[in-house]
Amino acid sequence: MKLRQLAHCRTGDKGDNSNVSVIVYHSQDYLLIEQHLTTERIRAHLHGRVRGEVTRYCLPALGAINFVLHDALTGGVTRSLALDPHGKCISGIILDLELPVP
Amino acid sequence: MSDRVIRIGCGAGFSGDRIEPAVDLARRGSLDYLVFECLAERTIALAQKSKLQNVNLGYDPLLVERMTAVLPACVANGVKIISNMGAANPRAACQRTAEVARSLGLSGLTIAAVEGDDITALLRAPNTAPSGMQPEPERIISANAYLGCGPIRDALHLGADIVLTGRVADPSLFVGPLMYEFAWSEHDWTRLGQATLIGHLLECAGQLTGGYFADPGVKDVEGLARLGFPLAEVGADGSAVVTKLNGTGGLVSVATCKEQLLYEVQDPAAYVTPDVVADFSSVTFRQLGNDRVEICGAGGRARPEALKVSIGYHDGFIGEGQMSYAGSGAVERARLALQIVEERLRLIALPLRESRYDLIGLNSVCGDLHSTHVPAEVRIRVVGRTGTLDDAIRIGREVESLYTNGPAGGGGATQSVREVVAIASTLVPRERVVPRIDIEAL
Repeated sequence: MKLRQLAHCRTGDKGDNSNVSVIVYHSQDYLLIEQHLTTERIRAHLHGRVRGEVTRYCLPALGAINFVLHDALTGGVTRSLALDPHGKCISGIILDLELPVP
Repeated sequence: MSDRVIRIGCGAGFSGDRIEPAVDLARRGSLDYLVFECLAERTIALAQKSKLQNVNLGYDPLLVERMTAVLPACVANGVKIISNMGAANPRAACQRTAEVARSLGLSGLTIAAVEGDDITALLRAPNTAPSGMQPEPERIISANAYLGCGPIRDALHLGADIVLTGRVADPSLFVGPLMYEFAWSEHDWTRLGQATLIGHLLECAGQLTGGYFADPGVKDVEGLARLGFPLAEVGADGSAVVTKLNGTGGLVSVATCKEQLLYEVQDPAAYVTPDVVADFSSVTFRQLGNDRVEICGAGGRARPEALKVSIGYHDGFIGEGQMSYAGSGAVERARLALQIVEERLRLIALPLRESRYDLIGLNSVCGDLHSTHVPAEVRIRVVGRTGTLDDAIRIGREVESLYTNGPAGGGGATQSVREVVAIASTLVPRERVVPRIDIEAL
């Protein structure tokens, strides 16, 4: 099962950091994503894109997790050579994460 | 008095945003305030460059078009306007706005310019420049401190109908009028935290009302071509309901609010602005009806002693070339094309500071994550950073040369160059930044 079936995402940028919110549609699915979406899992799924730390902020009352990907935007929006310098497309990649069927 | 509600709308989430939703809000929104957030990080450095060429410029390029569109309804309905469209030249923006008002036959308006954010001189001077700052002083184009809500509130106290600023923290554009209307203390951290939440949710306009949300089959949104922009109904305690006008496209739901709550946020418990360190970790949303969501629960702690400064600086040039390949063997021909260009750039000894060789449709956005996929067509992209414009131009030229020197069947070569104005951030002590208000009456 893909994360996309349980949750939605939005990516934002601040300097060279990207943040990705993962928000469950139904609150009963929150614990599953909290269990499986570890910082290590996110880092591995993005294949070396994140050069700094991955920080995870859990918001169980909102059914959401906010991931901050440090040094993930090849220098930041204003100077990156990347086609998507904001890293906006990261949300779509994150939603492809595979989860076990509960 | 305690039942009083202020209606505040957002008419733009970036400088190029659509204009009709703002006109609709001004006409039908029964608004007290219409806020336009138009100043991205780099925009002010670009505005500073145009001001250096002409002292009467340096404000938002769409200022005249926006004001011409919204002023008649704003004046007729008593809607006050707050915006950072002043960019690098708020005073010139006020004069141009006054000219627009006169040409529309409008009078009795007070227009305020908020200045003092431009601290370029302070940053260039060796004895006042903060230590550890990245760009050398001679590369600095602009340096702007993020002002808070205070000068906007003060301008409203002076009777302003329109307040035009340069760099102000985005949520503060909303906090200023709310603080003025409800006479909140500037140390009322809980209310300032809640007002900052309202500003943060509204500042990207359509991103709260279903824009940047649709994912067909999973998250459907109706009427995006007629997307309405948001407004908040705010009470004296800072509680609020966010909504949009009837008949507009889009969606205001708990889900759209949650996505925007975390947008561009690092630690949700410490969202730092010049006004407050807001805490969004206990925010709750409740759907009250169609396109109506109640927001509450933000907190706050004392504001930081230092102000963030955005420094725009010259960072060389970026040159780029692209070309497409299609059909069987497209990926192999595209990879060969990239190898040829890479070797060519080495042979001509182009001084590249950094470069990238992408296959659009395969790995340009995701890296090599999905590289087992065989697309029907693929587009090469060669991009590099150089010290001079001439060197940047040569990158695209080498890609175009693939027409007669590269693999078979390449088409649609394009090339581009741009000067890079990059942004670095630093902090300055609050007392070094002195906001000023300049009033223009007509």
